[in-house]
Amino acid sequence: MSLIVDIERNLPGFRLTVSLKTGSGTLGLLGPSGSGKSMTLRCIAGLERPTAGRISLAGQVLFDAAKGINLPPQRRRIGFLFQHYALFPNLTVSGNIAMGLRGIGRKEQAGIIGEMVALVKLEGLENRYPRQLSGGQQQRAALARALAPRPQVLLLDEPFSALDNHLRGEMEQEVAVLLGNFHGAAVFVSHNTEEVYRLCPDLLVLENGKVTAVGPREGIFSNPPTLAIARMMGCQNLSRIRNKNDGRVEALDWGCCLRLPAATVIAGASHIGIYGNHIRPAGNGDGENILEGRVVNIIEAPHYVTISVKPAKTVDGGCLKIIWPKEMWGKPGPQKQQSLKLQLPPEKIFLIRDLRY
Amino acid sequence: MDTNPLWISLKTALAATFAVFVLGLIAARFMSVYRGRWRSVLDGLFIMPLLLPPTVVGFLLLVVFGRHGPLGQILALFDTSVIFSWSATVIAATVVAFPLMYRTALGAFEQVDRDLLDAARTMGVPEINIFTGITVPLAWPGIAAGTILAFARALGEFGATLMLAGNIPGRTQTIPMAIFFLVESGQRTKAAIWVLVIIVISMGAILGLQYWTNRQGLMLARNKEGRL
Repeated sequence: MSLIVDIERNLPGFRLTVSLKTGSGTLGLLGPSGSGKSMTLRCIAGLERPTAGRISLAGQVLFDAAKGINLPPQRRRIGFLFQHYALFPNLTVSGNIAMGLRGIGRKEQAGIIGEMVALVKLEGLENRYPRQLSGGQQQRAALARALAPRPQVLLLDEPFSALDNHLRGEMEQEVAVLLGNFHGAAVFVSHNTEEVYRLCPDLLVLENGKVTAVGPREGIFSNPPTLAIARMMGCQNLSRIRNKNDGRVEALDWGCCLRLPAATVIAGASHIGIYGNHIRPAGNGDGENILEGRVVNIIEAPHYVTISVKPAKTVDGGCLKIIWPKEMWGKPGPQKQQSLKLQLPPEKIFLIRDLRY
Repeated sequence: MDTNPLWISLKTALAATFAVFVLGLIAARFMSVYRGRWRSVLDGLFIMPLLLPPTVVGFLLLVVFGRHGPLGQILALFDTSVIFSWSATVIAATVVAFPLMYRTALGAFEQVDRDLLDAARTMGVPEINIFTGITVPLAWPGIAAGTILAFARALGEFGATLMLAGNIPGRTQTIPMAIFFLVESGQRTKAAIWVLVIIVISMGAILGLQYWTNRQGLMLARNKEGRL
C-alpha cells in the first residue's frame, strides 16, 4: 500500500510543488504556517484540485491532470482528521461515526461503532453530543469517526493544536498507539517540530510551497539542509563561513576558526551550525575548536539553562545559545558577564549549503 | 360576509410557501457551491423580484405567461392558460416571495462550517446526504426564518397578483385584493375586518418566528451549560 503524490497547485501569489511517496508508517509533514502543508493534505484527500500532476494509492490513480482523472473525496478512502475535529454538532458520537458507515446493515453498523468507541476509549459516551465532550474526548470521537470507514490512508492536520498542553501529551501517546496499529499509510501535519519528531520516523519539510528536505528524521535533524530547517529543529547557533582550505573554516559571525571532521567537503557550504546542547565547557581551554566569550544572558527552565554567550572576537556577530542540564554546573551556576571558554566538537558541527542567503 | 378571500389567501400563501421552500433551497444550495462567472448575474436575477415594484414583476409575468409568451405558448399546447386563474395567484406570490427564502437560506448555508462538509466527504457521504443530513439541520434556524418571511410576503402579495390573476371574487380574490376593492366601493367596515384578519395572521407568523429564535437561543445557552 503506497501513496505516491507528485502535484503542483498554483494560486495567485503562491505555488505549491510537492512530491512524496509513503508506504505503511507515518510520514511527518513539517513546515511553518503558510508553507502548503494543509493544502497538500487537502489535495491528497480530493478536497482541493491540484493544477497539475498525479496522485495514486496502492496502484489506483486518484488524480491525474493529464488524463483528466479526479476521483471525488467520497471514493478515495482517505480518512481526514481536522484541526478543530469538525464533528457534526447535530449528531451524537454514535451518529457521527455512523455517518461514514453506509450501505451496511444496522447490526453490523452497531458492531463497528462499538468497536471504534472502544478503540478510542469513549465507552459510555456514545449518546453524547460533541458539545458535551471535553477537547480530548472530541478528538477521540473524531479519530473513531475517521477510522470507522476503514480508510487506506489517514491524514492528520495539526490534530493537537486545539488542545491544552497537558492533554496534548496524553493524546499524542494515544495517537501514536493508534497509528502504530493502523494498517495503511498516515500523513501527519504539524508546525511543532518536537511533536512531529516523536510521532514520525520519516519527515518531509515544506518551505514556502517547496520540499526542502525529505528522509529519516535522524538525518534531517543531524544535518539540516537549510537554515530554516536548522532553526525549526531548534538550532539557533548558525554562522556564515569562509573556507580556509586547510580543513578549517572561519566562522564569520563568531570570530573564530573551527576544524571540521576529516574528509568533510567544505566547498559550496555557506554556513555552519551546532546544536546548543552539543557545545561543551572547555575548562581551562585545552583542545580543539575553543571559543572564548562572555555570558550575556541566562534563561532558566526546570531542567536546563540556556546561556547566551557573546564570542570575544566578534563585533556585530550574534550570541551562541548553549543549553546545559542544570546538574552540569552546580551552585551557584553561571553568572552574567562571566568569561567562559567553550568547545565546539568538530564531529558535532554540520555544514549547510543554503545559497539563498 | 363572504369568507372566500380568507381561504383563497391561505391556500395561495401555503402553496406559494411550499413552492418557495423547495425552489429557494435548491437555488441557495446551488449558489453556495457555484463560483462560476455567472454567479453575480444569477444572484441578481434571484433577488430581482424583491427589488422591482410588484406591478413590474406582474407585468413581466404577464409577458412570460401571456398568449405569446414563452411559457404561455407551451401551456397553450395543453389547452390551458394560467392567467386570471387561481394558479396565477400562486405563481405571483411564489415569484415575489422567492428572494426572501433564497437569500436567508443562502446566508444560513454559508454559515455552516466548511470543514464539516469536507469531513463528511472524506467519510464517503454522498453530496445529497451531506445536504439533507448536515447542511439543512445546521442551517435550520435560517431556513425557518426564511420560510416564515416568505409566507408573510406571499400572504400580503397584491400588485403582481392583480396584474396576473386579476380580482375575480371566489377565484382569485385574496384578502389584500378584497380590502382594496372594499375600500374603493366605500365599504370601510368590511375592509377593516379583513385588515384585522391579516394583522392576526401576520402577527402569528412573526410571533412564531420569534418563539423559534428564542428557543434556538435557549438551546445555545443550554449548550454552553452542557459543556464539560
